[in-house]
Amino acid sequence: MAVVSCKGVEKTFIKGKESVEVLAGISLEIEAGDFLALMGPSGSGKTTLLNLIGGLDHPSAGSVVVGGQSLAEMSARQLAKWRAANVGFIFQFYNLLPVLSAQRNVELPLLLTALSSKQRQANAAAALQIVGLADRARHKPGELSGGQQQRVAIARAIVADPGLLVCDEPTGDLDRETADEILKLLETLNGEYGKTIIMVTHDPKAAEHAAQVLRMDKGLLVEDAA
Amino acid sequence: MSRLGFMWANLFRRPVRTWLTLVSVLIAFLLFVLLRTVSHAFSEGGGFGEPGIDRLVVSPKYSIIDPLPISALQQIAGVDGVLAVTHADWFGGVYQDRANFFPKYPVEPIPHFEMYSEYLIDPQQLEAFANTRTGAVAPAAMAAKYGWKVGDKIPIEGDIWAKKDGSRNWEFDLVGTYAAPEDLQQPAVFLLNHAYFDEAREVGEGTVGWFTVRIADTGRAAEIANAIDALFTNSLNPTRTITEAEQARQFMQQIGDIELMMTGILAAVFFTILLLTGNTMAQALRERVPELAVLKTIGFSDGAVAALVLGEALLLCAVGALLGTAAAFGAAAVIGPGLEEAIGVFEINGVTVASALGVSALLGLVRLSIVDALPER
Ligand SMILES: Nc1ncnc2c1ncn2[C@@H]1O[C@H](COP(=O)(O)OP(=O)(O)O)[C@@H](O)[C@H]1O
Ligand SMILES: [Mg+2]
Repeated sequence: MAVVSCKGVEKTFIKGKESVEVLAGISLEIEAGDFLALMGPSGSGKTTLLNLIGGLDHPSAGSVVVGGQSLAEMSARQLAKWRAANVGFIFQFYNLLPVLSAQRNVELPLLLTALSSKQRQANAAAALQIVGLADRARHKPGELSGGQQQRVAIARAIVADPGLLVCDEPTGDLDRETADEILKLLETLNGEYGKTIIMVTHDPKAAEHAAQVLRMDKGLLVEDAA
Repeated sequence: MSRLGFMWANLFRRPVRTWLTLVSVLIAFLLFVLLRTVSHAFSEGGGFGEPGIDRLVVSPKYSIIDPLPISALQQIAGVDGVLAVTHADWFGGVYQDRANFFPKYPVEPIPHFEMYSEYLIDPQQLEAFANTRTGAVAPAAMAAKYGWKVGDKIPIEGDIWAKKDGSRNWEFDLVGTYAAPEDLQQPAVFLLNHAYFDEAREVGEGTVGWFTVRIADTGRAAEIANAIDALFTNSLNPTRTITEAEQARQFMQQIGDIELMMTGILAAVFFTILLLTGNTMAQALRERVPELAVLKTIGFSDGAVAALVLGEALLLCAVGALLGTAAAFGAAAVIGPGLEEAIGVFEINGVTVASALGVSALLGLVRLSIVDALPER
């Protein structure tokens, strides 16, 4: 069954009198347990599409259904609640909170759950264990390397156990070797933990780790070259 | 980590700024409590009893520090309708510490208590007061407050009056206490013997501060007051005679003016500091917009983000308010009574103002769009 189903999705940004059509009608389906790479030139609308699938924004037209929920009809408040339970976000620049230790950064999404303080700590520790950073739990982001920070961000994305991970250029700021480690980690999360992953990248080597590759250009999906 | 822990961690993102903000809030609350206390103490002071409707007060027309010659007493006594006249003066003076503020009047013992017959004193103590040159009597409550007993020597440092030998160390023998009937406001005046005061003081012999006059017919008060003032119109010491009730009313009015002024200063200081603080907090918040966007991405709703940020501001204000109030309590030892009442006002004003400012600083910020605010997508 498709976890993500987009039908005729359009997105137009309006700035003053100008309107820019960024997505011009996208339809796609992603099966549960897929690892999908989304490639395409800069400005082709990859991030915009990812934001719609992750429930960060509403489409201008078309429907986005994720896990059986039609996101287009949900209010901002409902979307926030839905995101907390169903999606993990991983960004190019990690977006960790600098004042919090790794452990506390990972705990953050659990503040939105009913878990006890003990359980939150235990779950965050488990997530750090999975990404291989248990020994850095007390470090602040500024005391960690880029690759380590991205691991913390991944731990934060999976700590509430969402089914879907959306990753926007997760290795864009990392060297080859570290990038490969992060990609292996994503593969593990996909293969062993059953996470459905959508990853935006413009690095063909990164895309090789995905099971499926889709390409975008000027707001539309183009034929898969492979 | 709890939400509170998260707020706390955020406060220490820039420790210097947080400390400065904390100090501003602390000072605002310190000033608030202290000034409230002072202005409250003003309205507590005074020590006027219930104004007698059949008494007039004859004061110097232009300035209360111009004395009147004691010889005027005979002239006033001769005015038609006047039953009795006595006099009093400001002694000023400090008992041990400036904080121990109570008025001290040199009076004629027996005529004074005849004039203020509502104030009760043991006849033997009154006689001792009249017959002891350095004698003094105090309200019973005042004696209790300072732990004085009849027979004690009460040292007063003369800030207005020096003695003939140049010394300012006055000493009075407490020979009695007096009380007011229950329905009268307790008169908090320390009374000393005018005869001794007049002969011992370095300058000003033969003068008094004011006269108090008892009249037979309250309906003629204005007429008699005019007659008294007419006696001195062309003298070196023109007078101004009003009823005691009118004097009390004017006095209350002045206190009201002082309180109003204090409240004005207070409000200005408090608002300025809190506005600056609110502004600093808003600025701190603006720098964090990308982080707030991350929180929203993770699933915090607008309301939850607002609650976190507002909570931070309130947490800081609360800590500052607590420390400021604690500091005020520390300083209160110097300022004395009235703090409790001041705290009552403070609770209402302080918290309302702080939260109102916090809310206004936030309103524009929380409704940010995640997609626009996410850093470096
Ligand atoms: N919030 C926005 N407001 C206006 N224009 C936007 C906004 N977000 C993206 N765009 C525009 O949409 C186009 C696609 O952006 P994006 O989805 O980020 O592309 P990609 O991730 O493929 O590089 C760009 O031209 C960008 O300027
Ligand atoms: Mg992008």
